[in-house]
Amino acid sequence: MIDTKGRPNRLGIAGWLGGGRWGFERYLYTLHRLTGLGLLLYFVLHIFVTSSRALGPESWEAAMGRVSGGIFVLGEYLVFAAFAFHALNGIRLALVELGIGIGRPIEPVYPYRTSVHAQRPLAIGVMILAGILAVVGGFGFLQ
Amino acid sequence: MRDQRLWTWHIGAGVVILVLLGLHMTVMHLDAFVRVFNATPEEPIHWSNVVARGRSVFFLVSYVLLLGAALYHGFYGLRNIVFELNPAAALKKAVNGVLVAAGIALFVVGTWAAWASFQFARVAG
Repeated sequence: MIDTKGRPNRLGIAGWLGGGRWGFERYLYTLHRLTGLGLLLYFVLHIFVTSSRALGPESWEAAMGRVSGGIFVLGEYLVFAAFAFHALNGIRLALVELGIGIGRPIEPVYPYRTSVHAQRPLAIGVMILAGILAVVGGFGFLQ
Repeated sequence: MRDQRLWTWHIGAGVVILVLLGLHMTVMHLDAFVRVFNATPEEPIHWSNVVARGRSVFFLVSYVLLLGAALYHGFYGLRNIVFELNPAAALKKAVNGVLVAAGIALFVVGTWAAWASFQFARVAG
């Protein structure tokens, strides 16, 4: 975790959500958090629902019956789309953490390209892949 | 130093999740394109497929690994988000305690379910 000592999050929750003028990657950060929280909530519920398989087929069928229908299919698809985004953006974050895809450090002699410009293609690339995965996964839910 | 170690585990858990949840999503939701680990032509959540996967040692191990990795990754991520609001030291301690207790409790429930369904599937043949 980044130590925020001396640099407090003065904006509070608004500071989490608002990207200001910090660009595309800052909104990916916000969406990464929102999808992470959504996936965590779903995962906790998923543990309890799928635990019913330990009690046999009747218990499993009853549990699946309780979470079937249009609204649950839509919700499950949103979870899949959130997974697609969070996974692909997570790969980008891990690559950036390792210094991959962000360009070499250069002397800041005007006019210079910032690190943000250097890593933008990576961000756009993983978002295109996430979009393709979300669309491909969507076909499965339409069946 | 401790936070750096926890952060490294967070990324490591993310890699484990990427592989195992990727496989889980492929089995459960991409079956129209890639049909793996679905022994019968029924839907992936049909009991016949669930019990077939349930008797596999590979799935028993991968479910427990995924459970542990996802709980750690998720709860550590939640902890980071909450701590960014700079709560008081006592509140930080309470948040740590609640998240660790909830994580362990959920890990026990999920591991019991994986083990019990493994035993059930083995007996059911």
